[in-house]
Amino acid sequence: MRLALVNARFTLIETVRIPIAVIGTVFFPAITMIFFVVPFAGDQPLAATFATASMVTFAIMTTNLFQYGIGIAEDRAQPWNPYTRTLPAGPGPQFAGRVLCGLLLTFVSLTPVVVIAAVATEATVEPVRLALAAGTVVIVAVPFTLMGLTIGYALPSKAAIAVAQVLFFPLAFAGGLLSAPGQAPGWVETIAPYVPTRGAVELMWATVGPFEADRTAMISFAAWSVVFGATAVWAYRRDEGRRFR
Amino acid sequence: MTEILARTVDATRRYGTVLALDAVTVEIRQGEVVGLLGPNGAGKTTLVNLLVGLRRASAGRVELFGGDPLRAENRRGIGVTPQETGLPPMMRVREVVDFVAAHYADPLPLDDVLTRFGLEGLGRRQTGGLSGGQRRRLAVALAFVGRPRLVFLDEPTAGLDVLARHALWDAIRAYHADGGTVLLTSHYLEEVEALAQRVVVLGGGRVLADDTVEAVRGLAGVRRVSLTAPALPPLSDVVRVERSDGRTHLLTANADGLVRQLVRTGADFRDLEIRPSSLEEAFLTLTAPEGGQS
Repeated sequence: MRLALVNARFTLIETVRIPIAVIGTVFFPAITMIFFVVPFAGDQPLAATFATASMVTFAIMTTNLFQYGIGIAEDRAQPWNPYTRTLPAGPGPQFAGRVLCGLLLTFVSLTPVVVIAAVATEATVEPVRLALAAGTVVIVAVPFTLMGLTIGYALPSKAAIAVAQVLFFPLAFAGGLLSAPGQAPGWVETIAPYVPTRGAVELMWATVGPFEADRTAMISFAAWSVVFGATAVWAYRRDEGRRFR
Repeated sequence: MTEILARTVDATRRYGTVLALDAVTVEIRQGEVVGLLGPNGAGKTTLVNLLVGLRRASAGRVELFGGDPLRAENRRGIGVTPQETGLPPMMRVREVVDFVAAHYADPLPLDDVLTRFGLEGLGRRQTGGLSGGQRRRLAVALAFVGRPRLVFLDEPTAGLDVLARHALWDAIRAYHADGGTVLLTSHYLEEVEALAQRVVVLGGGRVLADDTVEAVRGLAGVRRVSLTAPALPPLSDVVRVERSDGRTHLLTANADGLVRQLVRTGADFRDLEIRPSSLEEAFLTLTAPEGGQS
């Protein structure tokens, strides 16, 4: 456990020393919030609250996709990584440290969204629900963490950057993150329940406001988590086999 | 009988169809400095990777302190050098040292590490901002942070100037004098001669020689015959010819025969000198059949 914290600290410092990497993940959700949510839904409490929940989900997805996808792909290319495997610790603490660091950065990236919502919109949420939402963040982060891990372990870093960038926007759009509940274009409403982002955002909506999460979306959210879990394990094993067996 | 800290027994390692190590048996005993030599592709890196737990043997046995090197607890007593290009560039020197130290029960204090390896005052510097020599010293220092019983040093002084090299050698000798054990991989034979008592020569994935430095030198039985001569007739029994500063150096396994040949052919020469070969010459002779292809 102590070593997991040591690893988390190390990864965190390393990430924060290139501030643009952090600013990047913070910037996009915040700017979307300012340009689209504040002017169009800012004066309606319920719409603003749901839109904020969407942006929070968006922030979770991008942070995890990029943090793990690109971070791990880059680490794998560094000779430092094999060196750390000669230290007297298994892969556990390093992995746990990375996940801790990823969670922390996730919370950092969604903070401006929440702050903007509180200051510039009519969005409201009861304190209890806000606390619950913090837990929802962790749950929502699961499939995207696993997806990021898959990308990071399966691809070289240049390909990982491209894939993460190609994925995050369609995922957000197709899941209906960029529209209010039930307001997305028709075809999006049709496919959304089968996209991993949909279950994520519905969980978030249900946590912060009067919203009933769709069963199909929940099942597909769980199914995607299992699928990405399997692909992450596959990619990790394959990488181990190539580099360390 | 001194304790065996690490060993391989008939360890074989294949990468696909390539045979990198072919039934290698090597022991590293407490208190030794062992030089591991071999041309590129001889299997040195593979052997070290097996011993530090980065790779599994395809066949045979690999032991570290009597256990499996892949198990973290068996690696508590070793220290390894990262490649200096692999230090995380954004991290400060002290952060890197502290990170490594956190993995050991009784690490050296930070200041000790920095002083021993000539890194005083650099604790707050990011490793990316260090000079090549400083990075090299930090990389070597990391191997010693956990007060290991056995360190694996890969080309410890490559790219260092003479002064820095000798300072690092002194640090390694001090560690050895305190009872430490070293497995030293180097292309730089002077380094192995300066530090090691025993040499293991690998070639084509097999152990070609495993003995004291003196014995390996003698094993080749090669002598260096040096002379000044404007031209030489064709001579037999010459392994290699080198020319430098007007002198001609002939490497031969039969020095007496070569001198007789020179006299018989009536070649014009002066300042004849015959010396035992260096480790380098022994190494070249030993690895000649398989070596060279690199």
